[in-house]
Amino acid sequence: MSMARMDPTDAAQAADVLKGMWSIRIFEEAVEELFSRGLLHGTMHLTIGQEAVAVGVCDALDEGDFITSTHRGHGHALAHGADPERMLAELLMKDTGYCRGRGGSMHIADVDSGNLGANGIVAGSMTIATGAALSQRLQETGKVVACFFGDGAANEGAFHEALNLASIWSLPVVFACENNQYGMSMAQEKSTAGGSVANRASAYGMPGVQVDGNDVVAVFEHSKEAVERARSGEGPSLLEFVTYRYRGHSKSDRNLYRTQQEIDEWRTTKDPLMLYEQRLRSLAWLGDGDIAAVQAAARERIRAAVAAAYKAPPALVDDLEGATYA
Amino acid sequence: MPETSSYAKAVGAALRLLLTEDPRVFLAGEDIGIYGGAFGITDGLVQEFGEDRVRDTPISEEVIVGLGVGAAITGLRPVVEVQFFDFIVNAMDPLVNQAAKLHFMYGGHVDVPMVVRAAGGGGTGAAQHSQSLEAWFAHVPGLKVVLPATPQDAHDLLLASVLDPNPVVFVEHKLLYKTEGPFESRARIADTPARIGEAKVVRHGTDLTIAAYSIMTVKALEAAKRLADAGIDAEVVDLRTVRPLDIETVRGSVRKTGRLLVGHEAPTAVGVGAEVVAGVVESDALDYLLAPVRRVCGRDNPMPYAKELERATIPQVDDIERSAKELMNA
Ligand SMILES: Cc1ncc(C[n+]2csc(CCOP(=O)(O)OP(=O)(O)O)c2C)c(N)n1
Repeated sequence: MSMARMDPTDAAQAADVLKGMWSIRIFEEAVEELFSRGLLHGTMHLTIGQEAVAVGVCDALDEGDFITSTHRGHGHALAHGADPERMLAELLMKDTGYCRGRGGSMHIADVDSGNLGANGIVAGSMTIATGAALSQRLQETGKVVACFFGDGAANEGAFHEALNLASIWSLPVVFACENNQYGMSMAQEKSTAGGSVANRASAYGMPGVQVDGNDVVAVFEHSKEAVERARSGEGPSLLEFVTYRYRGHSKSDRNLYRTQQEIDEWRTTKDPLMLYEQRLRSLAWLGDGDIAAVQAAARERIRAAVAAAYKAPPALVDDLEGATYA
Repeated sequence: MPETSSYAKAVGAALRLLLTEDPRVFLAGEDIGIYGGAFGITDGLVQEFGEDRVRDTPISEEVIVGLGVGAAITGLRPVVEVQFFDFIVNAMDPLVNQAAKLHFMYGGHVDVPMVVRAAGGGGTGAAQHSQSLEAWFAHVPGLKVVLPATPQDAHDLLLASVLDPNPVVFVEHKLLYKTEGPFESRARIADTPARIGEAKVVRHGTDLTIAAYSIMTVKALEAAKRLADAGIDAEVVDLRTVRPLDIETVRGSVRKTGRLLVGHEAPTAVGVGAEVVAGVVESDALDYLLAPVRRVCGRDNPMPYAKELERATIPQVDDIERSAKELMNA
C-alpha cells in the first residue's frame, strides 16, 4: 500500500487539503491582479474553478512521484509542492523564479520535486510523461507519473500515440484529463467524437472513467486507485475529471461562446471549495471558525509570497546564448 | 473605403474578399468561428459566411493542415490557420512531406493551392509562443514563404497567396496586427498587384542597404529615419517573400550603396540572412561592397519570457542604427 501525501477523507488532514485548494484560488487571484497592473508579460491561463483536480490528483501521489503539466499549470505546480514565492518570482520576471525568468507562466518546472514542467504546446507533455514513465520502469524506481492535460488536448495526435504506447508497454502513468468543457472556445461535445474522453480508453485497453472533478474526494479516490494500478505494474489509466473554468481561456477571451448564466451556475452550485467545505461542516470535521482560519492562512501564505517575489532581483540578460546549451 | 487600416483588419478584409468571390475558398482552424480567431482576425466571418466555410476545428494541427492538402488537390482553395506559428511544428508531415512535394512527386499532375496562415514572432512571452521559424520552410523546395510588413502587403500578398497554385506558408507578425498603415481594399481578388517573390525598395537611399522582412522592415525604416538625422542615407529593401527570394533586388541595391546589412528577428545562425548574404557575395555585387556585410538578427537562444530578456534576444531599432553606423565607419 502506498502512502498518499494528504488524504481528503481523513479528518486530521482535511484542513491541509482545504488550504491547498484555497492557496491555488488565492494565488490565481493574485496573478490576475498582477497581470491587470501590467507587471507580467504575455498572457496567462487561470485555473480558478478547477482546484479540486490538481489537489485530488497530486495528493494521491507519493513524495517523489512525477507530474507533467499544461499551459494552465499554476494549480498543478502548487498542488505538487511548488513554492509560491518562486512561482511568483518567475511570473514577475525575477532571477529567483523557477526558470530564472526565461520560462514564465507556461513553463514553470521544478524538476527536483518531480514537476517535469508546464507546457505551452497542447498535448506536448503527453509523450514526455510516457517517456518519464518508461524511465521509472527501466530504473526500477517504483515511481509513477501523473500527466495532466485538457479535454482539447485529447484531439491531438500526441494523445493517441501516448496512450497506445503506454498501454502496450504497461507504463506507470496516470492520464489525468482536466475536462473544463472547453478548449479555448470549442465546446467539448463539438470537438470530441465518441461521447467522452474517458470512452477512448477502451480503444487503448486501459480503464477509463469519468469523475466529478469538483469533488476533491472523488478525484482523490479514483486517482489513488489509478496510481496504485500504475505502481503495481498493471499499466496506465485514463481519468476524465469534469470541471469548469470560471475565467476566460486567457486574458484576451471575450467569452462569446458561453453564457454568463452557465458560468454563474457552476460558481454558485458546484464550486469545488464550497463543496468540500460543506462536506467538512456536515461531518463536523471543521467548523466555520476553522474554515475561516484556513482561508486566512492561505491568504497570508500567498500575500507573503507576492511581497517577497516582488523584492527579488530581476532576471539577467547576460549570456542567453550560453544558457542555451548544457 | 478607409484610407488606413490596421494590419489585422487588412488580413480580415482579404479573407472576406476571398470567401465572397471564390466559392472554392474555405477557412479552417482553431477558434476561428465565434471566438473570431486567437488574434481577432476572423471576427465576424462565421456570421457572414456560415460554419461550412469558416470551420472551427478541434485542436489538431496535423489534420488541419492535412485536410488543407486533401482539399487543395481535389479542387478547393483552403486557407487554414494554425494560430501561433509555433504550432505548425505539429503539422510538419502534411506540410513538408506532403504539401511541398506532391506536385513534383506526381509528375506535375496535381497542384496544392493551399495557404497556411500563422501568427509568428516575439511578443507573447517565451519559448513556445514567440518563434520565427520561417527559415525552416524556406529550406523546403516546393513551399513558398511570405511575411508581409504592412497592412497593404498583408492584404495584397494574402490574395496573391491564394491565387498561387503552390502551398504557401503565410506568416503574420503578432506585434504588427495593431499597426496602422495606408490601405486600399482590392475590389476583386485578381486586382492584387502583389506577386510572390518580389521584394520592394521601401526607402530609397545611397549609403547602405538594409534588407529585412516582416517587423524588421518596420524597425529598419525607423532606424533609417534616425540615420538620416545623422547624415546617413539608408536604402531599405523589404524582402516580403523569403522563398522564393528576390535576391536580384538586393543585389541591385548593393550595387548602388556598396554596403549591406541584413535584419530579421529569427536567430542568426543558419537563417534567411545568411542566404541573402550568400546571394549577394556570389554575384558581381560583391565587387561593389565597400565594407564587410553585417547581420543584425535574433540572438541564438530560445525566446525568453522576461520582457528585458526578450528585448535583448530580438534586434531593436537601436541595434540596427548602431550597426549601420559601424558599417559606415568600417
Ligand atoms: C499545439 C497547440 N495548438 C494550439 C494551442 C493554442 N491553445 C492553447 S490552450 C488551447 C486550448 C486547450 O484546451 P484544453 O486542452 O481543453 O485545456 P484548457 O485550456 O481547457 O485547460 C489552445 C487551442 C497550443 N498552445 N498548442
